[in-house]
Amino acid sequence: MYPEEFKYTREHEWVKVEGDVGAVGITFYAQQALGDIVYVELPKVGMKAEKGKTLGSVESVKAVSDIYAPVSGEVIEVNEALVQTPELLNRDPHGAGWLARIRLSSPEELNNLLDAEQYQALVAEES
Amino acid sequence: MPAGALKRTPLYELHRELGARMVEFGGWEMPVQYSGIIEEHLAVRRAVGLFDVSHMGEIEVRGPEAPALIEYVTTNQASRLSTGQAQYSAMLYQHGGFVDDLLVHKVADDYYFLCVNASNQEKDYRHILRYNRFRAEVEFASDRYVQLALQGPRAEEVLGRLTATDLTAIRYYHFTDGEVCGVPARIARTGYTGEDGFELYLAPRHGVRVFRELLRAGEEFGIRPCGLGARNTLRLEAKMALYGHEIDASIRPPEAELNWIVKMDKGEFVGRAALERLAAAGVRRKLIGFEMLDRTVARDGYPVYVQGRAVGWVTSGGPAPYLNKNIGLCYLPADLAEVGRTIQIGVRGRLAEALTVRTPFYRRPKTNP
Repeated sequence: MYPEEFKYTREHEWVKVEGDVGAVGITFYAQQALGDIVYVELPKVGMKAEKGKTLGSVESVKAVSDIYAPVSGEVIEVNEALVQTPELLNRDPHGAGWLARIRLSSPEELNNLLDAEQYQALVAEES
Repeated sequence: MPAGALKRTPLYELHRELGARMVEFGGWEMPVQYSGIIEEHLAVRRAVGLFDVSHMGEIEVRGPEAPALIEYVTTNQASRLSTGQAQYSAMLYQHGGFVDDLLVHKVADDYYFLCVNASNQEKDYRHILRYNRFRAEVEFASDRYVQLALQGPRAEEVLGRLTATDLTAIRYYHFTDGEVCGVPARIARTGYTGEDGFELYLAPRHGVRVFRELLRAGEEFGIRPCGLGARNTLRLEAKMALYGHEIDASIRPPEAELNWIVKMDKGEFVGRAALERLAAAGVRRKLIGFEMLDRTVARDGYPVYVQGRAVGWVTSGGPAPYLNKNIGLCYLPADLAEVGRTIQIGVRGRLAEALTVRTPFYRRPKTNP
């Protein structure tokens, strides 16, 4: 369920690092808890993301939730497909539903994130 | 959340088995969704959906003085009800604010059955007792009923398979005491979705079986068990008030556009004097519907601006799954509450444009029998 090569936050975001860039998104557990997602507010390209600060938000039928940046750095790309097709976040949260790519400014932050096994344990506890 | 403190309906285990996600609502642990709010919402609009709404409260008023008490504590004209008829009504404080909204069913000349909101039921009961100078018999009856709502254009067909009662003879806002699945049931053609449908009141021990049988009977139409999430989006599209949102103790009927359930000429009732004063002074705020002009979603409690001034607040807002737009209801100063006005909603630190519109947002198509 939760890819081994990802890192996770306690707030249910994920980051997948390739070189000095991290693709980020929300986890399967997060999208399931939110329910049908109808709108995604993406960050702007060029924005300086700061770990733990708001990166964007997702609106489900029921509620709005902030997405927090799992890592710090510059946003270099956002997933424009989510503007027209927000339900990608429900359908494929760890793949086609990615939110943004961030050029890492402090790669050491990754050490404080959860690995797949730890995240799985967290989710098991919450549900 | 201390789960032990929450009340559960007799269908709790069944909801879990059906894959429901449970949430706290008004002191109850209730299903918010099963397959997904949008899917459930659309099932009700297009075919049929089934809700456990046993958290709702029931109060029974009996005796020769029952009509006098009902007429005194509610705003609509209960004396005009025929036996087997129901009406939407309200209970007010002396100051004119809402105690609750409710359905009044006339079971017999000396027997009225009230369906009230879950989180208000104890308060409602005390309110009625307080004004019971008529010595009517008032019973808090919530523990004697489960309530199931079968809603949607296919509801009559589905329920028809499980009852010998002639459902076509039950007109909108009427009810009859019959049987469903061989057990006694009060069958009312009422609902909170904007669709045709039925609300069933049964003894708690029959709830699970009747819920299962209804799901089976509705299978071929694609029936869905539906949670409170879809119940809320459905009622919002149909512009039905929700206590704690459109109405509460600080809101009076004319402000909520609910004058149609207040019969000022029927004689004395609790809150009447305050409403007379309000009419003389003029109503200063009004509830009005709006549609977002972009894809932003307005939520309950967001501030509403007109020409840069914060002048109101959103009472209910969210996506309208059937209409495929984002809608809401808000209070505005009465002189600004007109259809076709551009307003701004304060959405998490920025302003989003919306347009005030006619309501209900959704009205079901008229069908010929």
